[in-house]
Amino acid sequence: MGVHVHTTVNGDAVEFACGEGEVLLDVLRNRLGLTGAKEGCGTGDCGACSVMLDGRLVCSCLVLGAEVGGKKIETIEGMADGMKLHPLQQAFIDHAALQCGVCTPGFLIAAKALLAKKPDPTEEEIRFGLAGNLCRCTGYDKIVRAVQHAAKEMRG
Amino acid sequence: MSTRHEIHLWGALRPLAGGALSIFVEADTIREMFAVVGEKYPGMVGQIEQGIAVSINGKIYRDQWDVELPQSAEIYLMPRLAGG
Amino acid sequence: MSLDLQNPKLVEKKFKVIGSRVPRPDGIDKVTGRARYGADFTMPGQLIGLVLRSPHAHAKIEKIDTSKAEKLSGVKAVITSADLPDLTKGDRMMLDLLENSMARGKALYDGHAVAAVAAIDLPTARKALKLIEVKYKLLPHVTDVDEALMPDAPIVHPHIITEGISSAPMKPTNWNKACEYGHGDVDAGFKEADHIFSRSFKTEQSHQGYIEPHSVSASVSPDGTAEMWVCTQGHFVYRNQCAQLLGMDASKLRVTSSEIGGGFGGKTHLWAEPLALALSRKANRPVKLTMTRDEVFRATGPTSSTSIDVKIGVKKDGTITAAFAELRYQSGCFPGNWAEVGAMTAFACYDLKNVKTIGKDVITNRPKTAAYRAPSAPMAAFAVENVIDEAAKAIGMNPVDFRIKNAAHQGTKSSYGPVYGPIGIGPTLEAAKNHPHMKAPLGKNQGRGMACGFWFNFGGQTCVDLNVTPDGKVTVAQGTVDVGGSRASIAMAVAEEMGINYEDVRSVIPDTSALGHNDMTDGSRGTFSTSMAAIYAARNAITVLRERAAKTWDIPLDEVEWKDGAAHAKGAGHGNRTPLSLADLARKAGRTGGPIAGHAETVADNAGVSFATHIADIEVDPETGRSQIKRYTVIQDAGKAMHPSYVEGQYQGGAAQGIGWALNEEYVYGKDGRLQNAGFLDYRIPVCSDLPFIDTQILEIPNPNHPYGVRGVGETSIVPPLAAVSIAMTNATGVRQTHLPMSPPRVLKSLKGKK
Repeated sequence: MGVHVHTTVNGDAVEFACGEGEVLLDVLRNRLGLTGAKEGCGTGDCGACSVMLDGRLVCSCLVLGAEVGGKKIETIEGMADGMKLHPLQQAFIDHAALQCGVCTPGFLIAAKALLAKKPDPTEEEIRFGLAGNLCRCTGYDKIVRAVQHAAKEMRG
Repeated sequence: MSTRHEIHLWGALRPLAGGALSIFVEADTIREMFAVVGEKYPGMVGQIEQGIAVSINGKIYRDQWDVELPQSAEIYLMPRLAGG
Repeated sequence: MSLDLQNPKLVEKKFKVIGSRVPRPDGIDKVTGRARYGADFTMPGQLIGLVLRSPHAHAKIEKIDTSKAEKLSGVKAVITSADLPDLTKGDRMMLDLLENSMARGKALYDGHAVAAVAAIDLPTARKALKLIEVKYKLLPHVTDVDEALMPDAPIVHPHIITEGISSAPMKPTNWNKACEYGHGDVDAGFKEADHIFSRSFKTEQSHQGYIEPHSVSASVSPDGTAEMWVCTQGHFVYRNQCAQLLGMDASKLRVTSSEIGGGFGGKTHLWAEPLALALSRKANRPVKLTMTRDEVFRATGPTSSTSIDVKIGVKKDGTITAAFAELRYQSGCFPGNWAEVGAMTAFACYDLKNVKTIGKDVITNRPKTAAYRAPSAPMAAFAVENVIDEAAKAIGMNPVDFRIKNAAHQGTKSSYGPVYGPIGIGPTLEAAKNHPHMKAPLGKNQGRGMACGFWFNFGGQTCVDLNVTPDGKVTVAQGTVDVGGSRASIAMAVAEEMGINYEDVRSVIPDTSALGHNDMTDGSRGTFSTSMAAIYAARNAITVLRERAAKTWDIPLDEVEWKDGAAHAKGAGHGNRTPLSLADLARKAGRTGGPIAGHAETVADNAGVSFATHIADIEVDPETGRSQIKRYTVIQDAGKAMHPSYVEGQYQGGAAQGIGWALNEEYVYGKDGRLQNAGFLDYRIPVCSDLPFIDTQILEIPNPNHPYGVRGVGETSIVPPLAAVSIAMTNATGVRQTHLPMSPPRVLKSLKGKK
């Protein structure tokens, strides 16, 4: 195997070996057993593979496993605090912001990243902030409403 | 004594009934109707096996062959469609 | 089982659970990443499967040499059509399915599978594909529906002659089917008209665009048993069809439906699943085969591209005197009946004395089309509603009033044949007329459009097993795949019927070994038929519970009633008996006859037809042709909204797909017949910033053929948007839009033409 990597995923120290050209998405899903991030396109167009890399929202299908050494990765599996859902996760359930749910992990990561930058976003800011995540089921209506609600709750 | 019904055919079935727009059948249920139709018009058996939807007074049945054919009901045979 | 328990008739009831917005049981798994979709499953020892696909639109496959691939270390199986013998016994539809999943001597479209490999990992599988040598002889191709009908068009299948016309020429053709619907005398009707409007329309090909690519894990054992984990809209149908194609017993093929990441009709059809099974059988190891996004666009089942002519004659007072349409739909490289469905639905909203539709189903060198949410109806509605709009404008009549005047109602002879019973188009039009959206002011470069749409809705074979656990809760096994949240509604139906808490009911979708056959989750049948079967199963369980209570109390069965989740002794002398709750009876089940359950194996039928009216506001930039939907409203009858949030979600989702189809989505083919935009970058579906909030108005006119009045809702909402958005665009630009999608270049072109 080409590369040996030490990194941190959801706060845990992790090490893995992967091919030189292997993307982070495949490492997460196939080597680390974290299947929450999904491959919707493999080309960075759909956002279903969204994760945080050193506090930055990225498509993990566009990041190489080889380049995450020493970095901090956050995936959907780390979003809840033990058994307690993050306000965004709870809001998605309460507002029926998912139908098939396959895009949901990506949206939650992206929404969390958005609210970290903009805790009180306008509807337009939410829509553009989430424009990198495709949903085919909902038409985005209830997703935006859920984010608005969670933002309000997180502001306290 | 079964009731006599006029069964309207959609375009694809008409050539199999000599071009007729409708045929007359004595039957009390959809099952009986198909049995009689298959006997009278053996060319339709293949289509019946594949599936034919039956509209009875505007209500469309795709599968239930036990349904009774009410007297003077308007009965249409239609393609058995599916959705997505 | 008493037939009374399986009575679909509407019951007058004050609902305790139905109609509330309860949390869905699979919600937490889906927001935490725990839920497992098609590609989230692994089998020990699994191999990775990959498919080699034709880069040519039409070619004879002269030779396939797999020897180098087979020799590559790590490759455990290589298959071609030689590994998939024809076991269909003359079933042409199944043979087409088999041939579509793997080419048999001829590549029929860019992306058509020609071989497949199973290897120990993805890099090895990729290397193996490169080592397969295919010798192609290029053939002329045709990808446009009208070009495929021309006399000198390349013929895709030499054995196809047109069926459905009595004077059928015996020459091979791409025109595989002709059909005609209608009644009256359109020629006479046109003579009666004061005005005649005639237009031709084109819609380009679009794809269902589900975010989850197809993925299947298959494991075949030497004794002929097998299992399959797959994302599908119908694991029972996949089981039956795979078993048939591979010569297996259906009972020995156990299929589990993963959670599904969208389908919309595209996952009602087999694609690479037979290949995964064939690879596993040859390698004697499990094989996991996941499609790339590129493969999903090139080699699954998009919807038809179409070419439609519409002619309508009207009187000055707005009465339609005659309506005619010819609809040409391409079904890709195998025969379909999509134009026929278009011909049936085109004028279904209207009460017409004289109507005629002709459908022409055409074969091209494109992927085999599959159903896409109310298949064929959106395109027909686009064409018809635009001419209706043109007619209304010309005679100076409000477009809603024009439609109300001509709308179908109970007693109307439908354009597809039968007379309508009670239907809901009138109420949706009245609701649209009175909706605040209609009165909202429009700004510069903005236009408003409204349109109505029709869809059939279906029922189908459905099984539900209900089991009472020893602690007095309920598990429900449903056979219909849950594509969008319906398992919540199923649990609600059981809770309602049994008078217990929603939280005490858990619904799951087991594998094919656990239930009888269930039809696909398509045709808007998921909640409609499964809730019906769940109600029957609950009624069955209630009868058993009453029997157990009767036994416990040693009283006749008819002196026991079930109310509010408990058995009550009624009648003289029993009044002071403490009711026996579900938990009481469950605890003692072992002593009263064993575990308590209720079953329903049923056919839900007569689902009832469905109508919707949509209103769209659009703003166009006349310099760039770019447009933005500013406001959108969906009005549709749901019969009874079991869970309003999910009904709203279906309305909004269907509308969003229609908007994308109307404004941006199309398959772009080059002169070489190859698909140029097989990815989400250039096949542009709506993103969050493209859409406004989508208002929904749920009408509830109960369906008399469902115990709670439920109607199917999933599909109808995609029927009006192509029409509503294009009419809005027509009003915003002043130019009738006749070619979808109305991408910026097309809009600009239409504006230039106006000048």
